Amino acid sequence: MLVNNIQLTADGRLRHLLTLEGLPADLLTHLLDTAESFVPTNRQAVKKLPLLRGKTLINLFFENSTRTRATFELAAQRLSMDVLNLDISTSSTAKGETLKDTLKTLEAMHADIFVVRHSDSGAAHFIAQHLTPDVAIINAGDGRHAHPTQALLDMLTLRRHKGDFNQLKVAIVGDILHSRVARSQIHALNILGAAEVRVIAPKTLLPVAIEDLGVRVFTRMADGLKDVDAVIMLRLQKERMQGALLPSEQEFYRLYGLTSDKLAYAHPQAVVMHPGPINRGVEIESAVADGERSLILPQVSYGLAVRMAVMSHLIGAQVPQP
Amino acid sequence: MSEATKISIIGARVLDPTQHLDACLDVHLDQGRILALGDAPAHFIPERTLDASGLLLTPGWIDIGTHVREPGPSYKGQLASELPAAAAGGFTHVCARPDTQPVLDSPALVRTLRDKAAGIQGARFLPMGALTRDLQGQALTNMAGLQDAGCIALSQMHYGFQDVGILKRCLEYAATFDLLVCLQPQDPALASKGCAHEGAVATRMGLAGIPETAETLALANILLLVEATGARVHLQHISCARSVDMLYQAQERGLAVTADVSIQHLMYSEHDLENFNTLFHVQPPLRTLQDQAALRQGLQDGVLQVLSSGHLPQDAAAKNAPFAASEAGVSSLETLASQGLALVNQGVLTLNQLIERLTYAPACVLGLDAGHLHLGANADFCLLDPDAHWQVTPASLVSMGKNTPLLGQELTGRIVSTWVQGREVFSRLA
Repeated sequence: MLVNNIQLTADGRLRHLLTLEGLPADLLTHLLDTAESFVPTNRQAVKKLPLLRGKTLINLFFENSTRTRATFELAAQRLSMDVLNLDISTSSTAKGETLKDTLKTLEAMHADIFVVRHSDSGAAHFIAQHLTPDVAIINAGDGRHAHPTQALLDMLTLRRHKGDFNQLKVAIVGDILHSRVARSQIHALNILGAAEVRVIAPKTLLPVAIEDLGVRVFTRMADGLKDVDAVIMLRLQKERMQGALLPSEQEFYRLYGLTSDKLAYAHPQAVVMHPGPINRGVEIESAVADGERSLILPQVSYGLAVRMAVMSHLIGAQVPQP
Repeated sequence: MSEATKISIIGARVLDPTQHLDACLDVHLDQGRILALGDAPAHFIPERTLDASGLLLTPGWIDIGTHVREPGPSYKGQLASELPAAAAGGFTHVCARPDTQPVLDSPALVRTLRDKAAGIQGARFLPMGALTRDLQGQALTNMAGLQDAGCIALSQMHYGFQDVGILKRCLEYAATFDLLVCLQPQDPALASKGCAHEGAVATRMGLAGIPETAETLALANILLLVEATGARVHLQHISCARSVDMLYQAQERGLAVTADVSIQHLMYSEHDLENFNTLFHVQPPLRTLQDQAALRQGLQDGVLQVLSSGHLPQDAAAKNAPFAASEAGVSSLETLASQGLALVNQGVLTLNQLIERLTYAPACVLGLDAGHLHLGANADFCLLDPDAHWQVTPASLVSMGKNTPLLGQELTGRIVSTWVQGREVFSRLA
């Protein structure tokens, strides 16, 4: 796997986290174990650890995301890092300053980690290839390509609530075509040995040859949800109604919205997840989102632990095991 | 000092597919023309004798669809850099794309460029005018005026048409003047904002795809309208196996359409996009291994008559960007000789086929009396050292475009000398 020439060191540690594709299962498991050790930390009265004191993290967001940026910021602060948030609107790069120029400027700040979000697939790779190797890059979402920390937190959620991956059937529902989250989840589930990974969507929201990533493709909820142990709903962007991908939110909800009725096709103990923010009444019914099988809120708190684990792994800190 | 006009090139292996010629012969030039092959005529005393032992001598190469970039961003390329670059690649003629800035849609602009090109030592400049105004696919250009100004053909490249009615009228009007129309079939709506072949690789990488149907749908429209209008049409840069089939069927029915494939589409596939390498961002996109194999077969069989460079020079900033934000194109004129020889070594083409598809075939498409070494013909030819080893570096390329995935690689085979009308316009010989 070529990408690992960029993101892995010779001894198999992460130099950057750009994608989960091609990473070995034991590395993912190690990251999840580390994250596990941070979960109790985040529930203590004093939540701050001195692990990465003196290190600097820059949140480099070329695409707006208050929530994701906030969790990275909080995760870094819990590890005693200094944090700088930079929102770089694409308009400033459109003025003739290329992304590479921007990077050269930022390089002079001598940060230890850059967290990058960008609307172009491959942007995190590009940045990792063009910055000094002293800076570790965490991909916080690039175009439709990858969102590895989101998928890791989803895996932590599944592991904590459902146990062994090799028994799990998981269905990912909704806008697979545009979703970096779905792609990273599919890689993660397959690497960790999930029993079955399914995607469910109308054909306009399914990318060509998605089955090559190791998924079973369904177009009807009744078939796709049958006996699954977890349902991961994806956020549906409003702009999908333009460009003739979907006729209306109403029809999408009727066919693919996760309602209690449709959830009944799944295994009786099936859990419900969503990367957030949720569109109630578009892809998920409120009763399901707030129901007892919903893990949407725990997902958020595990997000913090996962990002702390990735940061400490990248910098090479010794994380005390509980 | 007056330039030598009586010249003998001795000892080269001379190839001319039109004469079934492949032999070590001397070539004698006089007044810019081929005077004799083999023994010099009696009383011929050359003013210059060039020892070309160990070199191949072929008719000058002819490229359909070079992007010279002028007028436009002069830091990406200009006539003064790209015509010499073409010569350094063995090309004696470049048929230049009209998608310049501004678009080459006015006779006055064509005349200005041709005047400028005439003063540049390099390949001959054969401009293609725009088929529609500003290449918007809406209004016809002054086609006859462009023809009078010296356009060898009119092209719409891949920019498409507002509707097929416009395409039909473009073909009808061009047919009135027996003008050659060059089209890269691509439906703009289906190609949309895509930057890679719509398939497994683009799906995995999260890149917006250009489906095969973007090409085949446009090609079907063009083929049916060629049949209806009788227009002379050449299809540029075919990228799909399915298109090769469609062209084969059309040609079997007697339709006189021709087509070319770029060297990129013969050498690479979608798999080369791994790691988001923007040097492989080309238009149309690199497709599957099956497509690549079918294109190779199509060029061998002659369904695709012409091998083109697809040369599109870019500056560093155009490629230093995330894949979708990068600009398409490869600087390919000067590496085509090595890559062409590699195709011969791999058994894709014979050496004669390679030369024919770079010389006589494009000359026929363009209606030029060129691409051969007949007695009395213009002395347009190149000398190729098939054993030269060289490393591709920015400094080794004459083109302003250093955007090639071959940078840093060691290649075998290189053009060492190129002649236009009996004048050596490029030389690497001591």
